[in-house]
Amino acid sequence: MPDTMTEQRAATAEAHRAAGWKPVSLQGWGRSSTAPCLAARPERMRELLAALDPPEGRSLLPHGGGRSYGDQALNTGGAALLTGRLDRILAFEAESGEIVTEPGVTFADLLEVFLPRGWLAPTSPGTAFATIGGAVANDVHGKNHHRVGSFGDHVLWLDLLLPDGRILRVSDDEDPALFRATIGGMGLTGIITAICFRMQPVPSNALRVRSRRIPDLNAFLAGFAEAAEASWSVGWIDALASGGALGRGILEIAEPSDSGLPAPKPKARSFPVEAPGWLLNRFSVRAFNALYWRRVPAAGREEFQHYGKFLYPLDTIHHWNRMYGRRGFHQFQCVLPFGPGETALRKLLETISAAGDASFLAVLKVMGRPGRGLLSFALPGYSLALDIPARPGVRGLFATLERIARDAGGRIYLAKDSLLSAEGFWEMYPEAQRFMEIRGSIDPEGRLSSDMAKRLALA
Amino acid sequence: MSTTVQPTWLMLGASSAVARAFAREAAAHGAGILLAGRDMDDLERQAADLAIRHGVPAAPVPFDARDIDSHAAFVADCAARAGGPLNVFLAFGVMPDQSELDRDPSIAAAMVEANFTGAATVLAALAPVLEAQRQGVVVALGSVAGDRGRPRNYTYGATKAALLTYLQGYAARLSRSGVRVLCLKAGPVDTGMTWPLPKLPFMVSPRAFAAGAWRLAQGKGGASYLPRIWWPVMGIIRSLPTRIFNRLDL
Ligand SMILES: Cc1cc2nc3c(=O)[nH]c(=O)nc-3n(C[C@H](O)[C@H](O)[C@H](O)COP(=O)(O)OP(=O)(O)OC[C@H]3O[C@@H](n4cnc5c(N)ncnc54)[C@H](O)[C@@H]3O)c2cc1C
Ligand SMILES: NC(=O)c1ccc[n+]([C@@H]2O[C@H](COP(=O)([O-])OP(=O)(O)OC[C@H]3O[C@@H](n4cnc5c(N)ncnc54)[C@H](OP(=O)(O)O)[C@@H]3O)[C@@H](O)[C@H]2O)c1
Repeated sequence: MPDTMTEQRAATAEAHRAAGWKPVSLQGWGRSSTAPCLAARPERMRELLAALDPPEGRSLLPHGGGRSYGDQALNTGGAALLTGRLDRILAFEAESGEIVTEPGVTFADLLEVFLPRGWLAPTSPGTAFATIGGAVANDVHGKNHHRVGSFGDHVLWLDLLLPDGRILRVSDDEDPALFRATIGGMGLTGIITAICFRMQPVPSNALRVRSRRIPDLNAFLAGFAEAAEASWSVGWIDALASGGALGRGILEIAEPSDSGLPAPKPKARSFPVEAPGWLLNRFSVRAFNALYWRRVPAAGREEFQHYGKFLYPLDTIHHWNRMYGRRGFHQFQCVLPFGPGETALRKLLETISAAGDASFLAVLKVMGRPGRGLLSFALPGYSLALDIPARPGVRGLFATLERIARDAGGRIYLAKDSLLSAEGFWEMYPEAQRFMEIRGSIDPEGRLSSDMAKRLALA
Repeated sequence: MSTTVQPTWLMLGASSAVARAFAREAAAHGAGILLAGRDMDDLERQAADLAIRHGVPAAPVPFDARDIDSHAAFVADCAARAGGPLNVFLAFGVMPDQSELDRDPSIAAAMVEANFTGAATVLAALAPVLEAQRQGVVVALGSVAGDRGRPRNYTYGATKAALLTYLQGYAARLSRSGVRVLCLKAGPVDTGMTWPLPKLPFMVSPRAFAAGAWRLAQGKGGASYLPRIWWPVMGIIRSLPTRIFNRLDL
């Protein structure tokens, strides 16, 4: 009877609504995967606690700023807890820089509130729209990783809401195993409700940034080795360059500046509409990359930049991810250990440049110490990241890249991933078994889940 | 350099998403904040957040709009804590589904008590304080729903219409003491109240709404649509002939 079915559906929708759940379609930042689910958006702790039991026994997943690229923050057919409104700063000690925040506080909030007072987040991803909860859940790294490690290295304790409603304070001293599982735990060990970490003091709101052209990959690696003591460093590679120019790009090195700049006026632009799929092709991107390279004069360049501009270069164009059109894009990021990684890095770049699949700039970074989380990404070595439009054939290309990274003892970054194989994951993350044991102990019924967890056999 | 004492904003229903955004706006302009409401855990968190972000004094105060006998003591307490001129932002309110209100009279009565009765009594208790300080501003959350009763939410709309009428007389009374009164005829704001509802037209974020409310609060009071677009839209809706209005699914 179609009538009763419609009625039933209406009644179910009404029940969801009354309990604060709304049907939504969530997307990863790469827009290549879309997940219909129910979502609650608690405005405060009380509402968060009330949302622990989603209707119909659905599984649950926290969702922060939605800046992970693939299917990590998605939970198709399940429920999502949007944490963005839990954005209070709970404590700050001006002597030590110790801060306590709710999970939905963003790096943009920290920059706005604390940079004028001489404090900066200890490290930061390339977008200020990521939340602190999300930063812990991926144990994110920044352009200072080689000096200060990952975000989790600066965390003193976390409050973790378990699926059964208990809130545990976890740290190196209390529940250290659960602490290590939650750093980089992708929301699969519970909902982080408070984060205590240490900010870093800075002498001004600006950096002195030196940029120079790098002709090829060897020169790049040498450049990074010379810059080992620099506070901040990052490389931009023209991923379409090949032959003798393979790995050419720009190396940026930055030091805190003693004198500041006038605070920039916030002026955000938005990528207006979804671009047509053909906009990015090997010719247009090649032209862009060449232009980008020449932007820096042959003799190099030195300038002062506000931290916001240096750390979050893409944030001034909201929705830049629409540039890749309706089908979206994938990001590939892996870290390769020093030594064997160098050959693998070359192989990756050759494969990408031969595929000619339009990609903007690839980002090359040197990483320092391994992360403290059981599933932390960081390893001492080279990290390479680049966008690849979602087009036919992209799976094959990713499989090749995964193989190269695996053979060199590297690993793929889950914050960016949507295509890694379960087999590849379990090989790359040797502590995954330990992670599963801890997950089993706090969530025996598997009430926390995600599309990525299912794909990587972590559900 | 100006030596005027910063006012204190008394936020009534401070854990409302709209109130929270307005408190940040006011604190960013240097005002002290009193956070009045029922969810003390949240109000303490908010107080810490405001103090850290903006370096202003901020403190929670227990307040229940429906406990009308407590309002006189509550107002005395707030006046004592403020230690300077008081401004008022009245944001508390509930909006149960119309079908629920029709089904269960006790829910309807509780809503009227919170949205109207409680507002009227707490404002009445505040009036002498405001008159005595001979300055200040009262901002209260009305709604476009109060402009014309629609099948979707006429009981709720009626409480907002009653509040508006109350505020008109209240404004006239307080104008003699130099106190301004502003009723915001709010369109949909993206808060917990509207989250579960299907997509609403011209929805704004609490932050954008609060910025607009702050601007209007510097003006001369009265009633204002926020966002502005609701002025022409409600103009049309109010002037629709009943025959047509009744046939529309609004
Ligand atoms: C332009 C851009 C640049 C980037 N640059 C970098 C970079 O330089 N370095 C880097 O490391 N990353 C980088 N990233 C990735 C990004 O930092 C991570 O994906 C980060 O986790 C995003 O945070 P979010 O709040 O958006 O989380 P979401 O994407 O919403 O969620 C990510 C994961 O965190 C979990 N999560 C969110 N909140 C909580 C919570 N309260 N408790 C428990 N789990 C939670 C979710 O369940 C999910 O598994 C970049 C992303 C973009 C878009
Ligand atoms: N959101 C919109 O689209 C919209 C549109 C027009 C008008 N408005 C009006 O704007 C105001 C704020 O709404 P909002 O969207 O911010 O909703 P909200 O987040 O649900 O806030 C409503 C607040 O009212 C408080 N409250 C309810 N009953 C109370 C009582 N008896 N005593 C004290 N506080 C009480 C609640 O506090 P507790 O935690 O104690 O329950 C809650 O914090 C409301 O008056 C609403 O009617 C909203």
